Parts: sequence; structure tokens; C-alpha cells
Amino acid sequence: MLLSDVSSSHGLFRRLHLDPPLLGGLLLLAAVGLVILFSAVSQDEAQLWRQVTRLAVSFGVMLLFAQIAPDTLLRWTHWIFAIGLIMLVAVLLFGDTGKGAQRWLRLGSIRFQPSELMKLAVPMMVAWYLAEKPLPPRLGHLAIATLIALVPTLLIARQPDLGTALLIATSGIFVLLFAGLQWRVIGSAALLAIPASWLLWTFGMHDYQRRRVLTFINPENDPLGAGYHIIQSKIAIGSGGTYGKGWLNGTQSHLEFLPERHTDFIFAVFGEEFGFMGIVLLLSLYLFIVLRGLYIATQAQDSFSRLLAGALSMTFLIYIFVNIGMVSGLLPVVGVPLPLISFGGSSMVTLMAGFGILMSIHTHRKLLKD
Amino acid sequence: MRRRVTLLKNPSRERQLFQVRAIIALLLTLLLLLILLGRLFYLQRLQHDHYITLSTNNRVSVQPLAPTRGLIYDRNGVILAQNIPTYSLELVRERVEEMEWTLEEIGKLIQVEEDDLNRFRRELQRRRRFEAVPLRFRLDDKEVALIAVNLHRLPGVEINSSLTRHYPQGELTAHTVGYVGRINENELTSLDPTNYAATHYVGKIGVERSYEGLLHGEIGHQQVETNARGRVQRILERTPPRPGKNLYLNIDTALQRVAHQAFGEERGALVAIEPQSGAILSLVSVPGYDPNIFVNGVPLSTYEKLSTDRDQPLFNRALRGQYPPGSTIKPFIGLAGLELNQITTLDSVSCKGWFSLKNDDHRYRDWKKIGHGEIGLTRAIVESCDVFFYELSLKLGIDQISTFLAQFGFGAKTGSDLGGEASGLLPSREWKRRVRKEPWFPGETLITSIGQGFNLATPLQLGSATATLALRGRHMRPLVVREIEEPGSEQRTPLPPTLLAQLPVVDEGNWWRIERAMAKVVHDPNGTARGISHGLGYQMAGKTGTSQVFTLGQDAEYEAEELAKRLRDHALFIAFAPVDKPRIAVALIVENGGSGGAVAAPIARQVIDRYLQDNPVTEERKTDVAK
Repeated sequence: MLLSDVSSSHGLFRRLHLDPPLLGGLLLLAAVGLVILFSAVSQDEAQLWRQVTRLAVSFGVMLLFAQIAPDTLLRWTHWIFAIGLIMLVAVLLFGDTGKGAQRWLRLGSIRFQPSELMKLAVPMMVAWYLAEKPLPPRLGHLAIATLIALVPTLLIARQPDLGTALLIATSGIFVLLFAGLQWRVIGSAALLAIPASWLLWTFGMHDYQRRRVLTFINPENDPLGAGYHIIQSKIAIGSGGTYGKGWLNGTQSHLEFLPERHTDFIFAVFGEEFGFMGIVLLLSLYLFIVLRGLYIATQAQDSFSRLLAGALSMTFLIYIFVNIGMVSGLLPVVGVPLPLISFGGSSMVTLMAGFGILMSIHTHRKLLKD
Repeated sequence: MRRRVTLLKNPSRERQLFQVRAIIALLLTLLLLLILLGRLFYLQRLQHDHYITLSTNNRVSVQPLAPTRGLIYDRNGVILAQNIPTYSLELVRERVEEMEWTLEEIGKLIQVEEDDLNRFRRELQRRRRFEAVPLRFRLDDKEVALIAVNLHRLPGVEINSSLTRHYPQGELTAHTVGYVGRINENELTSLDPTNYAATHYVGKIGVERSYEGLLHGEIGHQQVETNARGRVQRILERTPPRPGKNLYLNIDTALQRVAHQAFGEERGALVAIEPQSGAILSLVSVPGYDPNIFVNGVPLSTYEKLSTDRDQPLFNRALRGQYPPGSTIKPFIGLAGLELNQITTLDSVSCKGWFSLKNDDHRYRDWKKIGHGEIGLTRAIVESCDVFFYELSLKLGIDQISTFLAQFGFGAKTGSDLGGEASGLLPSREWKRRVRKEPWFPGETLITSIGQGFNLATPLQLGSATATLALRGRHMRPLVVREIEEPGSEQRTPLPPTLLAQLPVVDEGNWWRIERAMAKVVHDPNGTARGISHGLGYQMAGKTGTSQVFTLGQDAEYEAEELAKRLRDHALFIAFAPVDKPRIAVALIVENGGSGGAVAAPIARQVIDRYLQDNPVTEERKTDVAK
């Protein structure tokens, strides 16, 4: 069975603290990503090699995180979170500006995005906090846990980086859900979300963010401006049909109608060239990875590991859902890359670090009598 | 107590709780992925046709390809209108490093007008970054060379060649061939937008205008794949344009030149017609103009100078100039008298230098104050006696005169394929009642019979009428185009001569008598055109005419300009030759020339001399004529 624990039978993987099914899935995904990226960058090999380098670094980071035992991670958690928080404040005070948002912190020659660190630190911190408490959490603990997730989320939303803020909030929420958040609380939160979203719309959003939402609701209102991305991306996907136009044959991408085709909108290239069949296979691969993550969570031996593994797996799912949802016109355009396929470095490193943590959780289990 | 218990962690219960939540997470995962799959199914399967259409529209566009305009030759194959490559200076914005600097540098090398710069800047806004925008048209060789040697330091600057209409004969054929010009907004609405999608020029006047449909050709198309910025990636499909037809005119350029030179500094017009076919051998209106300046838009200053010139070089006198025919009408009136049995050549009248109607003391004068004495029809034509025709006109009456003259085409457009002609004016009782709201007065019949009064004719009309007279009533449609050639095929389709009407002939002898009288105009010692008979190697029939300027037509603009300064009579002459087998008929006018015999007739002689010399009668031609 795919989901069964086979790592024990492979001495080398066990010694490297790697989970072969998860590793296999990720490698396959990376390979698919390189294939479609080659097409999306118009067969520019230099770009392809840059991505290969990033993948190599990311897998290295994964290997590194796999070596850190969950206990050690638990002890570091509040320090990592604190450092992350300080850096987020620093970004708001004197960060570098790129594409109209302050996201970068410059340390010497290295540019660093503290929000990436928080993608791991927030679920770790919430899991750390709740793991000590009896579960399901009481309201007081819940409030503190919510605060832990909310503060960095708001700081990142201020940059503004809506996509990352959303992912970080999501990762915190998933920890709460796995911790056994009561249904009545979930229900009340859902009811509260309605006035909250109105407040967010009125006071919390930048003009460009409002425009994105409006454009999402009716892209044809602004076919050459903000709506252009969505219209062209829907055309690319839709024109792919069942079997696609074939690798390297996508006209929407190669004739440059599709913007951001090698980064956030790479899924449209995939849909155009490989069609619905290709998409079914790709989503199956993603599903396998998410399921393996959830399986690892269920096999984890302590609350911290369980909550963290569950939240990381589901955050990965949200990445996929938000990216494909936005590219296919289901969701507004927020800057979320397609994991392991979109061209770009920092978010991939974070993701792979997360998978390193998952592997670590799975391979550092102590043998217990059941 | 209870509170302490709840604070204790219960690992196995928490583990169970987590299992439940993990299953919920699994269901959520499946749900979200199914939502995505559903959305993609909708886009890729259900809406596929819609999106594949959008995707095709995105990338494929159809570009029109302009056909090459047909060439125009004269009857001997001399080129009259051609397409020559001209060079324009163009800039491609995305390759120009510093636009203002580049424009400045170009300005140092060649002359760039303010107008050019303004148009260039406007167009630059509209065009795409990679498209070449023209800055200057029609570079001469020196300018091309100056730019060419500097191209290396002016990135984004290009010299491109395109085909431009050119008229190598210039002024000589301007009033016949006409010219093309850039399509204006009015024309845009009347031209077929599909066929002219890629065309920038359209015939404005002359053959270029009247044969626009044949000369233009048919548009071609290419389907091209373009990228998002509109740059062409490749050609998918191509339907080449079909070039326009080449035209061979009846015009003889050499004859045209002779006529032009014969006019010297005079103003006027001449039409020469081959009577058998109606072929327009020569059509001259002087002064002329250089049609080439109109092709790419004439500068306003030049246009104003041309259009306000009191010599009116732009005015086509041969087609649109309407003049009293004067005494050139007399042979036709005389023929009417004979054919309608009002007189014979034996009848005579007594000319004492003037004539007056019964119960009216107004004297209608003869040009010869002392009178011609006893005079018959023949002498009346030879010496151009007015009193004879006054008397004859009273016998005929205005109704018979109008009807008879109308048969020769007076008062109506000739229907020439050149188009744009004026219709002249043939007065009649009915016309006067309708237009002037007045009855017809007998005195008006008198002056009509000597080609004055309301009478107006264009040189083309007069030429066509003369040709009809020469052929004893065979009235052919005047044609400027001789043959039509499918480009590249060498196969020419002749434009068939069209018989407009065969006039009723009561007695061939009557026609012969008029011909003899007209021959005497030239060959008799008393003939009004005797001056041109010296050394004439053939028999020529002719008739002189002078028309009084102050009666000049309805063209008020023309009149106001000219009248004050130029009061001399217009000199006219009509002729055909050889008398027994006419091969050419000529009608001409010299504005303010004075005497028809002294000024106009010599021009006709030069033209006819040249034509008969260049076109000797061969056996083949003789049989042609006989047919």
C-alpha cells in the first residue's frame, strides 16, 4: 500500500531520516515542474538550470530539516517565532520595496523574506502552545493561540502580501482545527467572518487589492488591465481541452498572451499543453503528497508533531487550491505560487523545509509498545 | 475538582480526536480537489469550443496585401503611368535609443519639415513599438546616400522602399491620364472597404479615375500568427493579390507632344479623333501641370498657386471648357439646310454686311462690314459669311436646327470613357422655356446659326461632331483606352469601338458638298484657312471660327477672371483629313487667340501632318478602313 510505512525496510533512507513515498512524490513533482517550466520559459535553458539549482538547494534544506528531531524543534520554536516576529517589524520599518510592497530584509548582500520563515514558525508556535494544553482547547487558550497566528498575519498583510498572510493564517487555523476546535466555535467564527470581511474591505485593503477582488468578480470589466491575467489564463486552460495542445505547443504561452506564465500562472501553461488528462494526473500527484502528509500526522507520537504535521500538509493543499483556483478564475488573484512548479526560490525553500519537518516527524519515532 | 481534571492531558483521547480531525481533513482535501477538477472540467471540456475560438482569435490575424496598380501605356507602348520604388525614412521606436537626439541628428543630415515632424509624432503614438513609422517620404538619391552612411550610428533608423505612382510624361499627359492621390475621407465611404483595405492611393482624375476598377486589381490576404504584442511570428496562409490590368491608350504621345509645342505659350485645348473607331488620338489642354506632385499630397502653397493661377492649369479645357463654337457650327447648319431640303447649293442670298428681321431695326452684322455680295452655300462656308446663315436659319427654324445638331452630339456628353466632361449647351425652344422661363425670340435663331448666343460646346464635343461629319454620319463613341492587358500575359483585349448612332443620310451628295466646301476653306485662295495650305501634301477639310469672349459661357469663375483682361476673341478650328478617306478629325480652340484661320488652323495642320506622316496608309489599313 502506498500509504503504509515502508521506511523501516530501507536502511539508507532511515539513516538519512527520509520518507521514501513522500520523497518519491516530491521528486516526481519537481520533474514534472521542470518539464512544464522548460516550455513556460520558451526553452530558455539558463532559466531551467537556475530552477534546477533552486530545487537542489530546496531538497538540501529538506534533508537538513529531516535531521532535526521534533524534540529539538520544539525547544527552538519560541526562539524562531520571536526572531521571525522581530524581523517582520523590521521589514515594516526599513525593508526593501519590490513590486509596490515591502517584503524584503537586507542583511549585507543577502535579501531575505521574513514572511517565509513565519510560514513555518506560526504553525510551530501554535502547535507548541496548544500541545501543552489539554485538547480540545479551552476558549482562553484558543484566544492566545489565535493571537499567535494573527499578529504575524496582520504584519504581513501590512507589507502588503495578501497571499502569504492568507497562507500563514490558514496554517494557524489548521493547527486549531486539528487540535479539536469545537464546532460551535467554528460556526460562530464563520458567522463573524461576514462583518469582518466587510470591515476588511472598507478599512483593511489597499486599492489594488480591492481592484483584484472586483476584477475577479467580473474580469471582462477590465479586459486589458487587471482582468487581462484571468481572461488570458482561462483562455489558455480552456483551449487546452481534454488532451492539451502538446508540450511546447501552447499558443497562449509561447505567443506571450499569458502573463506571469513561468511564475504564478504556470498552471495555465500546464493546462493548455497537457489538457484535462494531464491535470487529473497532476492533481493525483498532489493528492498523494497531501495524503502522505496526513498519514504521517496520524502516525506521529506527540501532540506537537501531530498538529504540526497536519497543519503543514493542509497548508500545502491550500497552496494548490489557491493557486489553481485563481488561475482558473475561481478565486481572486493573490500571489501564491504553484508549489514546486512555479519558477522562484524562497517559497520553495520554505515548503521543502516543511516537508523536511514531516520526514523528521516520521523517522524520529521511538518504538513504543502499543 | 472538575476543573483540575479537564486540565489534565488525556493522550489517548487526544489521539482519537486527532484521528477524527484527520479524516475530516482528508474529506476537505478531496472536496477542494474535486472543486478544482470540476472547474477545470467546465473550462476544458464544456467550454472548450468557446476558449479554442478565443485562443485562435488571439493569435491569428488577417493582413490585407495591396495589389500592384496596373500600368498605363500609349498606343505605341510608351509608358505613361508606372510604379517606381521611392525611398522613405522610417524609425522603429523600440530600437531607437534616444528619440529626440535621433530626430535632431537626422535634421542635420536632411531637411525635415515641421509638418513631417508633427505627423511623425502623432503616428508614433498610435503605432506599436516595433512598427516602422515614416518620417520623410520621397528621399532623393543624395538624401538616401547621406542617411545610409550614417545608419551605423543611428540605431532604429531605416530606409524603406515602396512603390509610388509616377508619370514620366508629366505635363504632357496630365489632362488625359490624370493622377492618383492618397485616399481621402469622402472616398473612404464610397470605395469597397474590403478591396481597398491595403490600398493608399486611388485615381483622382482622368483615366486613373475612370478606369480605377480595372487598374486597382484585387486585394490579397495573408493569415499570420502574431504574439501578444502584435509582432508577426509566421505566415499561416497566403492569397496573393491580383495586380490591376495594364491599359493601352489610344493617345499617341508623339502627337500629344507636337500639339503641345504647337500651342506654344497660348492657352487652349485640342482633341484629335480617329473617326472610324472614335479613338482619341490626342487630347491636349494647355497650360498643363505636373501630375506627380499630387501623388503623395501636394503642399498647400503649391496647390493654392496652381488653383488660383489665372491661366488655370488644373482646368481640363478639352473636357470641361465650354465655348461658343462660333463659325465652326456653319458646316453643320449648311448640311441641315441641304438635307432638310431648305436650300440647294445653287441658291444664293445677297449679303450687304448686315441683316435685320422684319419689323425690327436691329442689325445683325456680318464679320465683313462691306458684305460678301451674292453668295451661295459653298462660298458662305469658305468665306464664313454670316448673313447667308442668318437667312438659312430663318428657313430652318430653331426646332429643326436643334434637332439636327443634337444628332452630332451637341448639347450632350459624348459618353467618352474618360469621364468628367461637361455637356455643353444646345439651345432650343423647350430649353429656353424650361430654364430661362422665356419664349424663344427669332433673333436668337440667327445667332445660334453662327455658333454664338446660348450655344456652348466642349472641344471634345466639337472633335466628335467633326469626326461624325467626316464619316458621313457614323457617330462613334470617343474612346481613350484602346486595349486592356492582363498583367504578365502579353494578351491584350481591345476595347471594341462603339457606334453610338448612324445619322440618317438623305443624300450622300449633300455631305460631299459640305466636305468640298470645307476643303475649300483650306485650299481655296479665298478660304479663311488658306494660310495653312502651303505645301500641304493631302486634302484637308476645315472650318475656322472665332467666338466672342463676352458671351463666354456659364462658368462664372472662369469668366470673372478672364473677361476684364482678355477681351480678344477665341480662335477655333475644326478639320479632318484626308478629305476622301478621313483618318483624323481635329477640333481645337486657342483662348483669346483672335483669328481661327491665322492662329488655330496652323496648330491643326501640324498635328494632322504629324499623324498622317507617322501612320501612312498600308494595304492592310486600307482594307481596315474599307470595312
